[in-house]
Amino acid sequence: MPPEPRVTIADERAARDAREQPEAPLLRFDRVERTVHWVNATLFGVLMLTGAALYAGPISALVGNRETVRTLHVYSGLALPIPLLVGLLGARGKRLRTDLGRLNRWSRDDARWFRRGQRAHTRLGKFNPGQKLNAAFIAGAAIVMLATGSIMKWFDHFPLDWRTGATFAHDWFALGIWVAVVGHILFALRDGDALDSMLGGTVPAAWARKKAPLWYEELKP
Amino acid sequence: MHPQFVVDPPPERPSNRASAPYPGGVAEDPVPNATPEASGTPVGRRVFLGLVGLGAAGVLLGARVQDWLEREIGPLISKDGTGLASLLPIGRFRIYTVTGSLPSRRRADYSLKVGGLVDQPFTLSYPELVAMPATKLTRDFQCVTGWRVPDVEWQGVRLAELLDRAGVQADATALRFHSFDGEYTESLTLEQARRKDVIVAYQFDGSPLSDEHGGPARLYVAPMYGYKSCKWLDRIELTKNVEEGYWEVRGYDVDGWVGRSNGRDDVAT
Repeated sequence: MPPEPRVTIADERAARDAREQPEAPLLRFDRVERTVHWVNATLFGVLMLTGAALYAGPISALVGNRETVRTLHVYSGLALPIPLLVGLLGARGKRLRTDLGRLNRWSRDDARWFRRGQRAHTRLGKFNPGQKLNAAFIAGAAIVMLATGSIMKWFDHFPLDWRTGATFAHDWFALGIWVAVVGHILFALRDGDALDSMLGGTVPAAWARKKAPLWYEELKP
Repeated sequence: MHPQFVVDPPPERPSNRASAPYPGGVAEDPVPNATPEASGTPVGRRVFLGLVGLGAAGVLLGARVQDWLEREIGPLISKDGTGLASLLPIGRFRIYTVTGSLPSRRRADYSLKVGGLVDQPFTLSYPELVAMPATKLTRDFQCVTGWRVPDVEWQGVRLAELLDRAGVQADATALRFHSFDGEYTESLTLEQARRKDVIVAYQFDGSPLSDEHGGPARLYVAPMYGYKSCKWLDRIELTKNVEEGYWEVRGYDVDGWVGRSNGRDDVAT
């Protein structure tokens, strides 16, 4: 008699995996969030490049047209709060509002994540602490840039010292924004799934299990 | 799967905030509070408010900090060989205009007029100006708003030369400068104007003066704050008395000596 075929645990798992559908991707950013992100990104790009052209002599000389560059800079700056505020409105903005809440709140694991030795033991939510810090920094810096830029633009309504102070704050915050945005782009390029979700909206479930386990559990209790 | 999640004891979770979020038992949209993250510390808001506070402090105190930076760090930056430090907002020019747009005139279209209480009013083209005996000055440039640019090299024609050529009449005691931006004016006494460190500059750090810096030609009054050095110089007028310029009408000192006016104590240039 031929020996009965032995069924191992591994075989059973393989059979089960074959039966089951691959897990569906998860929606990370809806259309409103993606639109706000990319409109903001465009405005930031224009502001940073025109700002550099107004600030650095060699770029000024290369670009010229100081008047056009300044006008573009001022109007892009004044437009900066609009996409976020519009995106937050109404029923459409619900996911964005919820996500802003998530970005605001830090768990104890978020704080531990910054310590290299402990990072492996942390369980994060939808956003990692670096993303949270970036979001808070960009939001605060944008308000400061808007206010100080307005003082620089309409300087004759303010004391002379404020004009100097506003220029001072605008310059140093601009340097900070360059560091934050370049860093943000580099980190995004290192995580293709996360970057894809800002383009197409979804992440693979495996990504969420690994990088955002609390969020995964929230969606698949 | 990820065994460390099974093996590890569950990390501590802050639980104190999650209890009884709605004391009155109000039924709210459960979604935001259902997220485990809703119970954390609002670090994001603190960072945001901290930055806004920092920005406000920058506006109110930045002038003083800027003064200090220009004094203490500025000299170091001009010595930095890599050029990277020159990207920092210390020891660099700010471009101010009093009109909405940046004034611009081609060198071929430029002319400088000298008139008023003189025997021979005249007009110089750009090539005629450049052909006159040149003077070079290398000085720090100090703005009354606090920034200072170290060791700027200017080249131009002494104002005294232009005055001699025009022949100043006896009743003239002062000069009035007009910018071709159509708005800006400045003034000097005759005595100040005859100083050796007061020139009509057409060259800046070895290059022709750009629009930003007041080209094709501007006044450069080395011992005084920047506002005295009228940019985009169009016309020089000899007057009977000092007539206050654009900023002087708005409260700046007429005699704008660096370190001895406008309530400031900068090191003389």
